[in-house]
Amino acid sequence: MRKMGGYSGFRILREGLTGNRGWRPAWRDPEPQQAYDFVIVGGGGHGLATAYYLASRYGEASVAVLEKGWIGGGNVGRNTTIIRSNYLLPGNEPFYEFSLQLWEGLEQDLNYNAMVSQRGVYNLYHSDGQRDAYRRRGNAMILHGADAELLDAAQLRAEIPFLNFDNGRFPIQGALVQRRGGTVRHDAVAWGYARGADRRGVDIIQNCEVTGFRIQNGRCTGVETSRGFIAARKVGCAVAGSSSRVMQAAGMRLPIESHVLQAFVSEGLKPVIPGVVTYGAGHFYISQSDKGGLVFGGDIDMYNSYAQRGNLPVVEDVCEGGMTLMPMIGRARMVRMWGGIMDMSMDGSPIIDRTPVDGLYFNGGWCYGGFKATPASGYCFAHLLATDTPHDTATAFRLDRFRRGMMIDEKGSGAQPNLH
Amino acid sequence: MIIEHPLLGPRDSQEFTCLGDASLLQRPDASADDAAETFFDYQYLRDNPAGTHRELWYHEMGDRSWLVVTRDTATHEILAVELASDVVTAGGRS
Repeated sequence: MRKMGGYSGFRILREGLTGNRGWRPAWRDPEPQQAYDFVIVGGGGHGLATAYYLASRYGEASVAVLEKGWIGGGNVGRNTTIIRSNYLLPGNEPFYEFSLQLWEGLEQDLNYNAMVSQRGVYNLYHSDGQRDAYRRRGNAMILHGADAELLDAAQLRAEIPFLNFDNGRFPIQGALVQRRGGTVRHDAVAWGYARGADRRGVDIIQNCEVTGFRIQNGRCTGVETSRGFIAARKVGCAVAGSSSRVMQAAGMRLPIESHVLQAFVSEGLKPVIPGVVTYGAGHFYISQSDKGGLVFGGDIDMYNSYAQRGNLPVVEDVCEGGMTLMPMIGRARMVRMWGGIMDMSMDGSPIIDRTPVDGLYFNGGWCYGGFKATPASGYCFAHLLATDTPHDTATAFRLDRFRRGMMIDEKGSGAQPNLH
Repeated sequence: MIIEHPLLGPRDSQEFTCLGDASLLQRPDASADDAAETFFDYQYLRDNPAGTHRELWYHEMGDRSWLVVTRDTATHEILAVELASDVVTAGGRS
């Protein structure tokens, strides 16, 4: 392992007093070796986390992450930065709670300031039926060791007074709150994992596109890349958004469609939104970044897309939702909008599993829940790669569950990816 | 996106809902021996191409016809629009 200076307040002070000449790049830029034990395809949050946990928790020394462009340039840099573990079903909730616990210890673990901010996630309800459904969800969360709290309108008013409580069509009756939920600085997650993995000997190889898999007698022996063949004992793909395209090269068709999800940022404002607020009667959710911008989004555009940009009908729908919920934001100007490509799976839940090809492993189908899952996804994928058995919290995320009828469908909307 | 409806002319995509891959028109034979396998494939697996994609759109806020739209998923360009009933009939089904 290569030693490098840790980050600390003392270090900042020392560097400040000595002209900031001691800082070094946070990770190396190595040439690819001819062979590794583990090759991770995709240098996004999940791929980097996988490499980090392979090295730090499972003691693997020979690991490479291959990234087509630059690390963190995909969905880990394009999301709305929310973390939470407010799922209902037993196949999901333990995994997301594991992830939230990893978030809570992430910065100390990585020695990297990811600005994890547990400012609370408020899911609003607007009817008696929705309140009961949220109570059930909250109870399921508590049973799995997560935190949940049901607020009535008066309690919610005390915490978030500016909401449009008395809307004629969808009055706000209260909220299900997860106070341990919140936001994280998304880019710092990619950089923190990259630095942590690099310090433990992982080769992070950028500008290295995987163009195919070398499969002999049903076994994957390595990957063809734009920088030559790289042999590997095991190959793990974590390329959500492009899963179908990449796995097609291994002869696989997936239970996944790619869809575009848009997000928006307003001009910077003084602190106004205390936590993460989601509208229960429309597609709108919002938080405020530490820079002051309102970060918000809504539903996917509903049609297959790889374009990383959406269309105006959803922009209009999101802004209408925002104006209905908190009319004050109508005075803020929107400065940026963008789209990210989601692996929308057939039941709305992810896949972390082996594939029919020996030595080839798949991580994907994250729908629009991939960011919050980053630590547990990496941990569980590393566990699977290292031990060939699923991690205890990820036993339900099987690739063959659709064939077996073991769907994990939180919303009960069936095999219709754009409805999850 | 503007969808050139074969009967109604150019219509805003907001009037439609998108169901997904037009392969859903080719329902497998439920009485075949391998029906479990073919229905699994039909129901759950998708080509999900980055590029030309034939997909089903429903004119929900219009004439309620089903269309087969050929669209580039990388650019959102619409390349062709047909009535789904014409596609099915041309495929030999009634």
